[in-house]
Order: sequence, then structure tokens, then C-alpha cells
Amino acid sequence: MKRRMLKNIAAAATLVLGTTAFGAGGGGEIKDFDFSFEGVFGKFDQAQLQRGAQVYQEVCSACHGLELVAFRTLHDWGGPGFTNDQVKAFAENFEVYDVEQDDFRTAGANDKFPPSNLENAPDLSLMAKARVGGADYIASLLTTYTGEEIESGDSFFYGNKTYGNIAMAPPLSDELVEFADGAPNDVKHMSEDVAAFLMWTAEPKMMHRKRIGFVGVTFLSLLALLLYLTNKKLWADVKRKKA
Amino acid sequence: MAGIPHDSYKPNSNAEKWLHSRLPVAGLIYDTLMIPTPKNLNWMWIWGIVLAFCLVLQIVTGIVLVMHYTPHVDMAFESVEHIMRDVNGGYGLRYLHMNGASLFFIAVYAHIFRGLYYGSYKAPREITWIIGMLIYLLMMATAFMGYVLPWGQMSFWGATVITGLFGAIPGIGPIIQDWLLGGPAVDNATLNRFFSLHYLLPFVIAGLVIVHIWAFHTTGNNNPTGVEVRRTSKAEAQKDTVPFWPYYVIKDLFALVLILAAFMALVGWAPNMLGHPDNYIEANPLVTPAHIVPEWYFLPFYAILRAITFDILFLDAKFLGVLAMFGSIAIMALAPWLDTSPVRSGKYRPAFKVFFWLLVVDFFILMWAGGQPAEGIVPLVSLLGTIYWFGYFMVILPLLGLFEKTKPVPETIEADFDSKYPPKATPAE
Repeated sequence: MKRRMLKNIAAAATLVLGTTAFGAGGGGEIKDFDFSFEGVFGKFDQAQLQRGAQVYQEVCSACHGLELVAFRTLHDWGGPGFTNDQVKAFAENFEVYDVEQDDFRTAGANDKFPPSNLENAPDLSLMAKARVGGADYIASLLTTYTGEEIESGDSFFYGNKTYGNIAMAPPLSDELVEFADGAPNDVKHMSEDVAAFLMWTAEPKMMHRKRIGFVGVTFLSLLALLLYLTNKKLWADVKRKKA
Repeated sequence: MAGIPHDSYKPNSNAEKWLHSRLPVAGLIYDTLMIPTPKNLNWMWIWGIVLAFCLVLQIVTGIVLVMHYTPHVDMAFESVEHIMRDVNGGYGLRYLHMNGASLFFIAVYAHIFRGLYYGSYKAPREITWIIGMLIYLLMMATAFMGYVLPWGQMSFWGATVITGLFGAIPGIGPIIQDWLLGGPAVDNATLNRFFSLHYLLPFVIAGLVIVHIWAFHTTGNNNPTGVEVRRTSKAEAQKDTVPFWPYYVIKDLFALVLILAAFMALVGWAPNMLGHPDNYIEANPLVTPAHIVPEWYFLPFYAILRAITFDILFLDAKFLGVLAMFGSIAIMALAPWLDTSPVRSGKYRPAFKVFFWLLVVDFFILMWAGGQPAEGIVPLVSLLGTIYWFGYFMVILPLLGLFEKTKPVPETIEADFDSKYPPKATPAE
């Protein structure tokens, strides 16, 4: 209970009203980051996804939800690869609303991440697929704060080259999160890590899909070759060519 | 089948005779598979098989998706994500179905333009052509309603814009719109009826496909020369044709598998390339996306819809746009009667070729224009593109037939084939 209240206070602290422009458009600057999962053979970097999950939990989850993602999937192949115990321990950082108890309780592996704490903070489950630029967009947004602050009535906006003026205060600062593996924790690296994690939450079956794509393309190409040769031989007589 | 003389099915064994006298199904299969097919068909004649495959693919993946999908405004978006995340192989099914629609339309456009170039629509194949246009119209309706089902932002706003078109019809428009939506706005009733129709229409399409095949199996296939197969005797017919099995079955299968390899690359490595990111945001009636665009395969006709920006007499621009959009498809269906040329295939029509390729270019320009915000030169480009589209069918096709000097057409399919694959000088051993 206490943890949820703390979160709500944190949320309230950054609560900024004002019109937020939902939509995939944007049109701002999107930098090109070098992600491990790009390309035909690109794979998620398991250690990076784990770091990204940590950044999400310690920072983003104060406001943003991941309500489409179940904790148990953190254990699945092609994802962060948490052990079952790690999943359980990770879930315990969250409180979820239990319909039967009509109250909040500590989350377990079979629960989904809680929804956003803030009405204006969009759920992040599909964010990496819901914006032009995907993971690059997310990492760009997190790294292109200009430092400008704009007061508009009761609201504060922060200058951002990717988004324009955004209601979200710069969420990351250097060394905000301590990684167990001692990986670099400057804003750029943390942004990349959490963007990679959000790519996984948006497309948890990406590695399955690429694998099936590879098998499919290989198999169908071989079959096409055999059919090409069959076809050539079959028509040779009709076309008066040597088979 | 009627038309080209050929061997028909003869039951041999007693079992075959027994069945044949009760239900001649083996004969139907035999005659369908062994149909004499012009031996000079080129690679543009493979799209029919690709289309048949697409229909089966969409029906099979669709039926399984329905097992996991919930057609309710509060649950539809989440149920699609449930398919993507929790259903075994669900992500594959969903991506196959989603991109299958794109493959379907790539194939149908290639198929239609093939027909336009080689004059496949001309007598005696008008019925085949019109059935084909009906299939295409139903495909568009099915794809449009299917796109609404995931209940994303583009689903919702696309449905709002397109059903709003019907409201532009003077007098009865608002009534039709209400009836389509099941209420004053896109809501649960809309989602439910679209879901129902999205499930129904593919089976109507399947029925029409059978009629489409029946019709051209009656007239015989067209071919690149546009010259008919000789029907005076079986021997002559055999010189112009090969049986569909095995010659075209294997050729078509080769083409199909090659295309499917490319399709798997799309599904496996870039399944969202042809989609729109906004559709990964759940529908929200209170937030309009900055730029509402339909799926790529609707863009040329969407451009035509937006091309009319001025009122004419008492008809307002919006209604004229609707008329232009439906008219642009209806006018294609009338091609058999608008084309006055005695020569069927575009191969022997030098002037026609130029205008035909301009039409293809026009199609892509309209596709581009349909994807742009309607500002700057886009409305003008759309209008010019629309004028050319109608001009091609209403002015160019009728006049060309009267003035064009055509090239000589080969006497027979055999002669055309022999000029490409000359008979051996020495008799075969």
C-alpha cells in the first residue's frame, strides 16, 4: 500500500496538466541508435533488456503502465530471460488491483503490469510500435531534452527536439539507476536500454518471428528452385529445348 | 467444359462408372484440371493462382483468429494483443492475415492490369471481367471492415471517414449511414456488424470465384496474342494448347512459391512495414489522429475521393468525390463496351500501349497522392490523375479503336509460339 502511495506522490510531483498530443505523427528529430535487434538476424540483447526492465521499474513505472504485459513473460525465450525467481522478485516491486479483494496487493508472476498512474501518461506496452521510428523514437525522446522550461498557464512544458514541448519532465539523469552488471548508466545508455526493453514489450515474439521468417524463406526458396527445375524439364518438350 | 474440343473424362473401372452415373465429380475435376490452355501464356497469367491461394490463406488464418478475438469495443484491442502475446503461434497467424491482405491486393492489381493490357475483358469474356470486378469490390469491402476489427486509432477513424461518405449522398445519405453504423457514430454496433460481414463476405467471394473460373473455362483463357484457340477440330486445338495439368499447375506453383518466399520475408522481418503505427494505439473517439490515411491498397481511390474540391451546380464536392470514387471502379467494369478496337491484345496496338502505361503510372501517382495530406499540389495532382483515369476509359478507349493503326496479329497461337520456339529443322529422333 505504502509503495503505491509513494508512487502516487511521485506521480503527483510530476503531474502536469495540459494538452498532450497523442498520435504516431510527431515529425520531430529521430536519431538513429544502434540496436542489437535491428536487421534480419538481429536479436534482443538479454542483458540490455534486463537493464531496461530495471530502468522501467525504478523510473518510468512511477507514471507509465505496461498493462498488456504479463510478468511471467519476462521469463520467456526471446525476452529478458529472467529466472522464475527473478520474475517473482521483480513482480513484488509492483502493486496490482485485485478485483476479488477489491484492493491492491503485491503483484505475482501471473499478473500483468499495472496501468499508468497518471491519466496523461500513455501506457508503454505498445509504444515502440505506435510511433514512427519505434525504439529509435523512444531513445531519441529521452535524449533530446533541450533544458528549456516553458510555463503555460498552470502547466509546465519541457523543450524536446523529438516531441516538441512535452509535459514529461526529463525522467533520466546520469547515474540515476545503478546496474548490477556495472554497465554504463549515463542518460544515453539508460535511454537505449529502456527503449530496447519497450521494443520487447511491444513485440515479445520478435525473435520467434524472425526465426520463422528465416526458416520460411529458406524452405520456400529451396522449394521454388525445385519447382523451377521441374517446370523447365516439363516444358522442354513443348518448347523444343533439351531438358 | 464447352468450347475448345478436347478429350473428356471416361470412367474406366467399375467403381468409377458406379460413381460417375451417380455423381460425376471425378469428371468435373478431370475436365477442370485437364482444360486445354493456350501454350503461350506468359508470367502475367500466374496471378489467378496467387489470388486463389490468398483467399484460402485469409479464410484459414481468419477462422483461427476468430477463435481468439472478441468483437467488443472494450475488448477488441486487447484481444488482438492476447493473440499476439499468449496464443500459440498467434503472432504468426495475425501477421500472416494482416499482410495476406496486402499480398491479395498486389496480386489483384497485377491481375486487373494484365486483363486491361491483353484485352482479356473483351468479348466473349465480359462476364468473367464483370464477375472479377464484383470480386474486387467485395475484396475492398472485406478488407475495409477487417481493418476496423483491431479497434486501433486508424480502424476507428478510417471507419468514421469512410462511412461518413455515405452520409454525403443527398436525401437518403444519413439514413444509409445510420444503417451502416448501427447508430449515430462508429461504436460497438458498428464493430459487431463489420465483424459479422467480414466473416461472411469471403465466402461470397469464394462463390463468385467459382463463377469467375466457370466463365473463363467456358470461353477459354485469353492469351498474350489475344488470338483465340482454334476450335474447328481437336487436332488443331491441341496445336494451340497444352493441358492445364501438369504444364500450368507446375508453372503456377513455381511462381506462387517464389512469391510466398518474398511474402514470408515481409511477414518474418518487416510485418508492420505496410501498416500504420497509429493502429497500435487503442481507438479513442475523443482524439483524432493528425493524418488519417487508409491502407496502401485503397490510396489511389482515396485520392480520387478527395480530388473533387468544388461544388458543381447543386451537388456538393463531398458527394461528387463519392461518385467519382465508385465511378472509377464502375467505369472499369464497362471496359468491354468502351474499348472499340477490333484487336484484342495491347501487344499489337502501339498507341494503346502508350496510354495503357500512362494509366499504370497514373495509378501510382494517385496512390502517392492518396497518402499525402490534402494540401499544396496534392489536390491538383489528384484531380489531374482522376481526369486521366476517367479519360482513359471514356475517351481514349472508344476513340483509339477508331483511329489507331494496329500491327498485324499472328494467324494462330501455334504460329506465335513457333516464332518464339522454332520447330527443329531435323525431325525428332
